[in-house]
Amino acid sequence: GLFFWHLKNTGIPCHFVHLCRVANDRLITFQYFNFLKRMYVTQCNKDLSQRAKPKSDSVASPFRDLQQLDQEKKVIHKIRPISPVHQPLSETSIRNEVREMKSAAETEDSVTPVRAESKEDRQWKEMKLQLKDLPGILARLSKIKLTALVVSTASAGFAMAPVPFDLTCFLIASLGTGLASCAANSINQFFEVPFDSNMNRTKNRPLVRGQISPLLAVCFAASCGVPGIALLTLGVNPLTGALGAFNIFLYTCCYTPLKRMSIANTWVGAVVGAIPPVMGWTAATGSLDAGALLLGGILYSWQFPHFNALSWGLREDYSRGGYCMMSVTHPGLCRRVALRHCLALLGLSAVAPLLDITTWTFPIISLPINLYISYLGFRFYRDADRSSSRKLFFCSLWHLPLLLLVMFTCKKSFLEKEDKGDLLGESHGRAMEIRLP
Amino acid sequence: PPAHSHNDWIGPPDKHSNLRPVIFYVSPEESPLERRLREARQEAQACDQRFWARHNRAFRQEKEEFIYSRLKAKGLKMRDETGQKATLNAEEMADFYKDFLSKNFRKHMQYNRDWYKRNFTITYLMGQVALARALRWLRWKKKNVGN
Repeated sequence: GLFFWHLKNTGIPCHFVHLCRVANDRLITFQYFNFLKRMYVTQCNKDLSQRAKPKSDSVASPFRDLQQLDQEKKVIHKIRPISPVHQPLSETSIRNEVREMKSAAETEDSVTPVRAESKEDRQWKEMKLQLKDLPGILARLSKIKLTALVVSTASAGFAMAPVPFDLTCFLIASLGTGLASCAANSINQFFEVPFDSNMNRTKNRPLVRGQISPLLAVCFAASCGVPGIALLTLGVNPLTGALGAFNIFLYTCCYTPLKRMSIANTWVGAVVGAIPPVMGWTAATGSLDAGALLLGGILYSWQFPHFNALSWGLREDYSRGGYCMMSVTHPGLCRRVALRHCLALLGLSAVAPLLDITTWTFPIISLPINLYISYLGFRFYRDADRSSSRKLFFCSLWHLPLLLLVMFTCKKSFLEKEDKGDLLGESHGRAMEIRLP
Repeated sequence: PPAHSHNDWIGPPDKHSNLRPVIFYVSPEESPLERRLREARQEAQACDQRFWARHNRAFRQEKEEFIYSRLKAKGLKMRDETGQKATLNAEEMADFYKDFLSKNFRKHMQYNRDWYKRNFTITYLMGQVALARALRWLRWKKKNVGN
C-alpha cells in the first residue's frame, strides 16, 4: 500500500503531509523516497554505471527519476517529523518493497515509476505538448543517460589515442557523438512503440505515453543526427563522421528490426557499442589503427556478459513481446557466449601492450577485475540462475569504467614511444614535431 | 475528455493490450488530409489493440496451462496449503517462453511488417498535415498583415 501524508496548511499540527504539485504533479510517498534513494545509489554510484550496449535500449534511462529526486529532496524534510505510530508500518512496507526490489532488479527503473505514477497513470491526459515538459521528454526520448555513457566511451577512445590532446577536437567529437547517439535512440523509440508498451522496462517512454508525437520524435532525431554527423565530418574528420553515420544506420535499421527477427541482433548490437570508442580514436588520430580496433574489441566483448546477464531476467517480457533473444531461444548459447567474451577480455587486455597502447602494467593490474568477471561469467554459465545473472550484470557495470580507467592510467606515454621507435630522429623535439598533425 | 478541448486525449494503458487508447479530436473544419490522418490513426489503434489484446490473452492462457500441466506432472496442486498460487521457477518457465516465442514467430513477423508500414504512413501524413497547417497559417498571417 501507499501511504499518503497530508499536511494541512492551517497550522494545526497534523501527521500528514500533502505532497501534490511537486515538480511533476505526482503524489509521492515516503517509501518512494527511500526507494528512489536506494535505486539512485545502486544505479548511479559510478557515473558509468548504467553501461548497456550503447545505443541500445537494454537499459532504459530514468532521467526523470533523477530530476524528481533533486526536486523532491526539499520536500523530504517535511516528511521527517512523522508520528511514531506510522513508522513501523511504513518500515515493514519498505522492507517489503526492498524485497520486491531485490527480486526485480532489472526492472528497477520501471517499478518506481509504477509506484509513484500509478495514480496519475490511471487518468486521461490531453495530448498537448507542454513546452516546460519538453526538455525532460526529449531527454527521455534520446535516452540521455545512455548517450552520456556512449560519449564517455568515445572520450576514452580519444584519450587512449597516442597523440597530443587537442581540446577543441575532443569537444567537437564528443558533441557530435552525443548528438548522433540522441538521434539513434530517438529513432529506436519511434520504431518500437507498441513493443515498448508491453514490456515493463520500457512502458514509460514518451512516445508510449503519448507525450510527444511520432512526427516530433522524427524531427528531433533529424535535428540531432544531421548536425551531429556534420559536426563530426566537418569539424573532426570524414572518417569519424562516416563511422557515426554508419553506427546510426546499424542501430536503427539493423539492430532494431533484427531484435524481432533473429538472435543475431545481439552481435550487431555489440558492434554498435564497440564503434564509439573507435570513433573517439579516429577523431584524435584520423586513422583506424590497431589500437582503435583493440579498444573497439574490448567494448565488443564487454557487451556480451553485460547484455546476456541482463536479458536472463527479462525472458518473460521478451517472449511475450516477440523479441528474439538468446536468453529465450538458446539459453545454453547465451551463457557460453557470455563466458567466452569474459575470457576474451582477458586476452584483449594482454594484447594492449603488444600494440604499444599501454605499458605492461595494464594486463597485470587489470588481471584481478578481468578474472573476477570471468569467474562470475563461469558461475553464470554453470548455475544459469537469476542470482548469478544479476551478479554478472552488476559486475559488468563497474568493470568497464574501471578497466578503461586503468587502461588510461597505464597508457604508454607519448614521449616514451618516441624514445623507443626512434627512426624519426634523435631529439625529442624533432620527433614530436613530425608527429604533430 | 472535456467537450471544449481541441486536442486528442490519451488514456491509461488498456488491461489486455497494454496500449494507451487515444480519443481523437474531430475538428469541424477538418480538411480531407486531416481526416485521412485521423482515420489512419484510428485504424492503426484498432489493429494494434486487437493484436495485442489477443496475443496477451493467449500468452496468459498458455502460461496457465503450462504451469498446470507441469505442476500436475510433478504431482502438485495449483494452490498449496496456505492458499497461495503455486508457481514454477524461472528455469522451468524458460521452456514455455522459448516455445511461445517460436510458436508466435510468424505472427510477429507479419505484425512487424504491418506496424512499420502503418507507422511510416501515419508519420508521413502527420508531416503533410503539419506542412499544410503551416502554409495556411502563413497565408493567414500575410493576409492580416496586408490588412
